[in-house]
Amino acid sequence: MQRIGVFVCWCGSNIAGTVDVKAVSEALGQEPGVVFSTNYQYMCSEAGQNIIKDAIREHSLTGVVVCSCSPRMHEATFRKTAAAAGLNPYMVEIANIREQCSWIHKDMLTATEKAIILGKAAVAKVHLNAPLTAGESPVVKRALVIGGGIAGIQTALDIAEAGFPVDIVEKEPTIGGKMTQIDKTFPTLDCAACILTPKMVDCAQNENIKIYSYSEVAAVKGFVGNFTVTIKKKARYVDETKCTGCGLCTEKCPQKKVPNLFNLGMDNRRAIYIPFAQAVPKVATIDPDYCNMLKNGKCGVCSKVCTAGAIDYKQQDQLIEQQYGAIVVATGFNPIKLDAYDEYAYSQSKDVITSLEFERLTNAAGPTSGKLLRPSDGKHPHTIVFVQCVGSRDTSGCGKPYCSKICCMYTAKHAMLTREKYPDTDVYVFYIDVRTPGKNFDEFYRRAVEEYGVHYIKGMVGKVAPRADGKLMVQASDLLANEQLHIEADLVVLAAAIEPDKSARPLATMLTASMDTNDFFTEAHPKLRPVESPTAGIFLSGACQGPKDIPETVSQASAAAAKVIGLLVKDKLTCNPCVAQSDEWMCNGCSSCEKVCPYGAISYVDKEFRMPDRTTAIRRVAQVNPAVCQGCGACTVACPSGAMDLKGFSNRQIMAEVDAICK
Amino acid sequence: MDHNQRDKEQILRSSGVNPLKCMRCGKCSATCPSYDEMEYHPHQFVYMVEKGQIEPLMASKSIYKCLSCFACVERCPRGVEPAKLVEAVRLLVIRQQGQNHLKADDIPALLDEDLPQQAIVSALRKYSK
Amino acid sequence: MQVNESAKQFKPTIVAFCCNWCSYAGADLAGTNRLNYPADVKIIRVPCSCRVNPMFILRAFQRGADGVILCGCHPGDCHYTTGNYYARRRMTLLFSMLDYLGIEKERTRVEWVSAAEGAKFAATMNEFVETIVRLGENKRLGDLRCKQ
Repeated sequence: MQRIGVFVCWCGSNIAGTVDVKAVSEALGQEPGVVFSTNYQYMCSEAGQNIIKDAIREHSLTGVVVCSCSPRMHEATFRKTAAAAGLNPYMVEIANIREQCSWIHKDMLTATEKAIILGKAAVAKVHLNAPLTAGESPVVKRALVIGGGIAGIQTALDIAEAGFPVDIVEKEPTIGGKMTQIDKTFPTLDCAACILTPKMVDCAQNENIKIYSYSEVAAVKGFVGNFTVTIKKKARYVDETKCTGCGLCTEKCPQKKVPNLFNLGMDNRRAIYIPFAQAVPKVATIDPDYCNMLKNGKCGVCSKVCTAGAIDYKQQDQLIEQQYGAIVVATGFNPIKLDAYDEYAYSQSKDVITSLEFERLTNAAGPTSGKLLRPSDGKHPHTIVFVQCVGSRDTSGCGKPYCSKICCMYTAKHAMLTREKYPDTDVYVFYIDVRTPGKNFDEFYRRAVEEYGVHYIKGMVGKVAPRADGKLMVQASDLLANEQLHIEADLVVLAAAIEPDKSARPLATMLTASMDTNDFFTEAHPKLRPVESPTAGIFLSGACQGPKDIPETVSQASAAAAKVIGLLVKDKLTCNPCVAQSDEWMCNGCSSCEKVCPYGAISYVDKEFRMPDRTTAIRRVAQVNPAVCQGCGACTVACPSGAMDLKGFSNRQIMAEVDAICK
Repeated sequence: MDHNQRDKEQILRSSGVNPLKCMRCGKCSATCPSYDEMEYHPHQFVYMVEKGQIEPLMASKSIYKCLSCFACVERCPRGVEPAKLVEAVRLLVIRQQGQNHLKADDIPALLDEDLPQQAIVSALRKYSK
Repeated sequence: MQVNESAKQFKPTIVAFCCNWCSYAGADLAGTNRLNYPADVKIIRVPCSCRVNPMFILRAFQRGADGVILCGCHPGDCHYTTGNYYARRRMTLLFSMLDYLGIEKERTRVEWVSAAEGAKFAATMNEFVETIVRLGENKRLGDLRCKQ
């Protein structure tokens, strides 16, 4: 017979405000097997935990029920408390009377009644608990970073610094991400390439970092500490080990009309290309969609001019399998497509561009060598209109409901840089709000207004109408003056919303990491665990978790690295002891369980059994590997003979809970 | 101010609009083709109805200058539907004025050559209720 | 179940099986956001929706539950990759059998709720309780021997 102690927490007024905690502890004290029942304001505090420890010792408790907040909050805490008092930590059950009772119901009578029922269910379950010992699994001391932008780069550098090998998988031919396309960064107006490229070079030269460029993650198996990842290295048709990055092939290639996506299609590149001068690795890549040799078998110029003999038209995609202990997701973002926003005439006029395209125009390495010229006729724009919130803060279904966070700042930057270089150009910014929360951000934006004379107007742009003479008629609201403005602009720049990269969703399925409805990866806790996914062993870094600027991305990247290091530094991980177990006397070796196990944790052995008539029989029975089993319970239901059960959530335990609730 | 509160409730009920959704961006007024003709613009309709300032809206000619083109409804990023509010104020005025309706039979007498077809149809829609 | 004779208000007993990783977290989020749903719903935590044996559901009905709902992760998002697919198949079979027995389809339900969907959880529970109240007491599957 168990000796159970019940501890009801007030949680200040969070529970006690709606639930009569004293009545609950009294009612539960009457339950069969309960020898001690009490209540206290903060069970999770040191004082509260001491009450539990003292009770365990004084009353020789064999089981503990804590009626408190969600087990997802403090189950681990109370397990530790029990262990400290000498009680097996798995003899503890939590009844959730806060998130699932006091915080939901308003009437004290019904809430108290429900709390008592939930408490009874927990007591019924604990009666059937058995002491469990956690097993151990080894940790592969290698990390994988998916995505080679500034987030992935920073995370990899920090992990490598701690002495662990780390692989970066990047789908583009070079690492660097969006930051390579940016000209200057706010609020310091640092040159983005100048601060990024040293880090890119560090990655290339660091002994602990291996870069898989032009590669993607194809499959992920396993669990924390033991992931097996299949990486697909796409064929670049160039031998990385031989290519010196001299660029001669890119000058001689006859196929000149390939839209250059690095400049967002505003100019062309060749079929064989190096994305930009500071690419890491500095290796040419052939685009199979445009290469004459690969498509028609005619050409071969690059192969003839290559002095290193690096061209290999026969190269195939490669699949590489690797083991990792931890995976960091850093897949980044993209601006949205503007198909739903015809009012801004984006597809009708070349002079209506997105902010990223504007960034490329002002970049010295961009399509116009840094001169701000209208894409349509190459003339200098005398009036520029910046439109904020295109597709952000939009709940109508066309765009994204969230604020994209970086646009107010980068538009202020664009406006200021334009006014500095071209003082004769008029700059208007139409905004709903100006959001400048970071360090020195508001001061930065005020400089744009006060020092550089940028016209900030509160109101949105209703439409942009291209005129026959090449001007763009911008019709907008000035809410503070209560006027509708008509401005003749030469260039209109749209601050398009940002969304997670398209590769994020399939990746989330592969990793079983959760995502929200906007395709951002969900963090384990929005306030306290921002860089971990709820799935153990998967960490989040950068804009894949939510829109953010570079300073925040770097902070988060280092935070994710710290978490990874904390994991890899362990030699063994304590396994979850709530694993499946088969009763070999009942098992008939039918294999139903093995077929449903997602982890391949079940195998079969031939065992010798002593039969009642003194003969021995050899039977094939199922055996669960406790280090691999993750405790989902699929096998328990598939088992036709009821031999398979789950420790910690056994059949009898769940049925006892059902009985207690339905009484 | 009791009748203003009652009028506001009537407007919100008949239009089904929740003016609290408005984030004061001004895109409705930016898109409005009739902006210069109106004394109170779509974004002001939303703001003033929420504040309960119904009388000036009812007295203004803006409710008849609205073309009911629904561009503001189409462009609003929050789904506020200002045109429905304008329509609701219009209805309130008409209902309070009694049986002041436009009947199809009366139209030929009121026609003139310069009146575009669209104006006739829109007038019938607005004033025959 | 309790039937308040004087007020004639039927208070159903609803059992909800919630998977630890998504739906239980979603239920917690509903609580954190202080959303309301009736106290008739009692949640049992399981590691995965695939842990729920159809026997548990039948037992709940046997002991007097009026409605049982199984909540799990959205297809494709199961923490154990395939658990919710098994749950879906098993429940389809179970519900088909219950239908054959003449038990109202609306007494059982499977709902996919993610950890971020607190509002959906609360809305689902509200709707489910309303449905069960409308259907009334579970008389067909209740076992009178289990009553004290």
